[in-house]
Amino acid sequence: MESIWKEKVDGVITQSGSSRLSLLPCLEAVQEECGYIPHEAVNYLRECLSIPSIDIYGMITFYSLLSTNQKGKYVIRLCNSLPCYLNGTENILDTLVDNLGIEPGQTTLDRRFTLELVPCLGLCDQSPAMVINGVVYGKLTAQLVTEVLDELRTY
Amino acid sequence: MKDLKIITRHLNTANSADIDVYLADGGYQALKKALSMTPEEVIAEVKRSKLVGRGGAAFPTGLKWELTRKEKANPKYIVCNASEGEPGTFKDRLILKNDPHMVLEGFIIAAYAVGTSQGFIHAREVYTQEIELFQKAIDQATERGFLGQNIMGSNFSLDIQFYKSAGAYICGEETALFESLEGHRGIPATRPPYPVQVGLMDKPTTVNNVETLCNIPAIINNGADWFASIGHPDYPGTKLFCLSGNVKKPGVFELPLGTNLKDLLEAGGGVDGKFKAVLPGGISSSLLTETDISLDFKTLAKAGTMLGSGAVIVINSDTSMVNVASNVAHFFDEEGCGKCSICREGTRRAAEILSRFSRGQGNRNELEWLLELHEVMKDTASCGLGQVALNVAASAIRNFKGEFLAQVRKEEGVWLR
Ligand SMILES: NC(=O)C1=CN([C@@H]2O[C@H](COP(=O)(O)OP(=O)(O)OC[C@H]3O[C@@H](n4cnc5c(N)ncnc54)[C@H](O)[C@@H]3O)[C@@H](O)[C@H]2O)C=CC1
Ligand SMILES: Cc1cc2nc3c(=O)[nH]c(=O)nc-3n(C[C@H](O)[C@H](O)[C@H](O)COP(=O)(O)O)c2cc1C
Ligand code: SF4
Ligand code: FES
Repeated sequence: MESIWKEKVDGVITQSGSSRLSLLPCLEAVQEECGYIPHEAVNYLRECLSIPSIDIYGMITFYSLLSTNQKGKYVIRLCNSLPCYLNGTENILDTLVDNLGIEPGQTTLDRRFTLELVPCLGLCDQSPAMVINGVVYGKLTAQLVTEVLDELRTY
Repeated sequence: MKDLKIITRHLNTANSADIDVYLADGGYQALKKALSMTPEEVIAEVKRSKLVGRGGAAFPTGLKWELTRKEKANPKYIVCNASEGEPGTFKDRLILKNDPHMVLEGFIIAAYAVGTSQGFIHAREVYTQEIELFQKAIDQATERGFLGQNIMGSNFSLDIQFYKSAGAYICGEETALFESLEGHRGIPATRPPYPVQVGLMDKPTTVNNVETLCNIPAIINNGADWFASIGHPDYPGTKLFCLSGNVKKPGVFELPLGTNLKDLLEAGGGVDGKFKAVLPGGISSSLLTETDISLDFKTLAKAGTMLGSGAVIVINSDTSMVNVASNVAHFFDEEGCGKCSICREGTRRAAEILSRFSRGQGNRNELEWLLELHEVMKDTASCGLGQVALNVAASAIRNFKGEFLAQVRKEEGVWLR
């Protein structure tokens, strides 16, 4: 896995240069490749871009898409903002929590699922809505959620 | 007038995102026309149209361009704000997906008027499919000579760079957006100076919302007088209203500014349940308890709320206003940047207090305290996030006080005083 993120980072730096402007695109590339930002990647960026690691960790903690924790194979992002809430997010969350046996922010022991509560996904006309690894699921019902989870368990 | 569509007119056209389809409907004719005018003439036309920003704050677009153009410092920049973070807003997504070339054409004309050869787009990371389509549109436009060097044979050149956000609502605020593009945490700067003077990389910068830019081709093609005659006399043109919450047919509706809320609700199939309240400008606005009101910037401001980005969220009578206030308070607690102590501490305390009310553990005195905190944050928070964070809570307490009192901890008197 390591060589892949290095390749991506080098790619970004070749294209956009080794200035501060490349930091966020580099971090996003590592996150996309590994599902999290390993400590080695922070060290590598520190050297390449001459930015102190504390500053890089500051970025990682600020932006919700970036994380130093390894997540599950499927990251379930359930919208928790008002329009979805008005259409029953709480029931959907109960279904997910019961079905997966984890609370928001946690990952299942088999590392298959991570459950996250996130702000509006811009899918309010399909509320309640969630996104799993970039795939949109709207107008959620308890039954639909159970079906989706069952299907993802078979892969 | 109701049926007039400017921005969503290609919505039912097949492959509307393709450049050939756009060209077949007169696409890029406005750019050609604009390039035959001087930048000053383009600005004058947009000023005369009375177009104001559709990102939420209704600042006159032509004036913003003029202020940027008149600055001495060079280079200048232009940024298209496609961050779309306000809960209940999903209009920019619709345009990016269905009509990316309309955005691009408006963007290129704006860049020409402002006098810059470098543009940036900052888009929400969750809009994966839209981002792909938009990048394809940029490539197509470049291939056909609408972007890049010497656009349409003129001596005007423009390069556009695309940035994906890394997930932070605050980065939709223009100065936080600059920080993010520059590779920093998205912490808003103190304004003034406004971006027209000191913006991206400290250079004069125009920031425009996606929807704002989409109006430009039509204004150039049909003229300022045509645009100024649509809808509300002070705020002409149409608006993309995003209808969500407890309505039967949620969606984006393009209607003239000044449309009555009743008519919008009707277009959305009516309220799902019995009407209780509405947020006309997303969770940054204050609650309205009436439906017979004109949806325009001035009327809503007079009514103590705002139109903002046009996120009309409908709430029915089955909903607890205490839970609504709590949900919104938690959003702002999560999304604030933490720079000012009043916003950082204020949003945290408000979320805690409202959580307690939700669980039937409220403390009566804290209602007055929240109203006071709301006033202080409105006056002293550094950016728009902190200033509006308690709008929903305060208006909920004012309009539905009984619901809050019903959630007060029963044995309150024993330990309170
Ligand atoms: N579309 C969305 O997803 C969201 C929209 N919003 C909206 O954002 C709005 C607040 O945005 P702000 O930028 O804080 O509003 P603002 O009123 O401070 O500024 C609006 C625009 O006009 C410019 N401007 C204002 N005064 C100026 C002056 N004297 N000289 C030159 N330029 C000037 C600003 O640079 C900015 O581009 C709210 O109304 C809210 O509805 C908020 C959150 C998300
Ligand atoms: C917290 C906060 C978030 C914002 N988010 C957005 C956004 O997502 N999209 C947007 O266009 N404007 C957003 N704005 C408003 C911008 O600061 C700015 O006013 C707007 O992009 C200017 O474009 P316009 O004049 O075309 O409306 C936000 C403002 C604040 C205070
Ligand atoms: S008001 Fe809140 S979000 Fe805005 S700058 Fe201050 S702390 Fe940050
Ligand atoms: S509120 Fe859930 S997608 Fe917008």
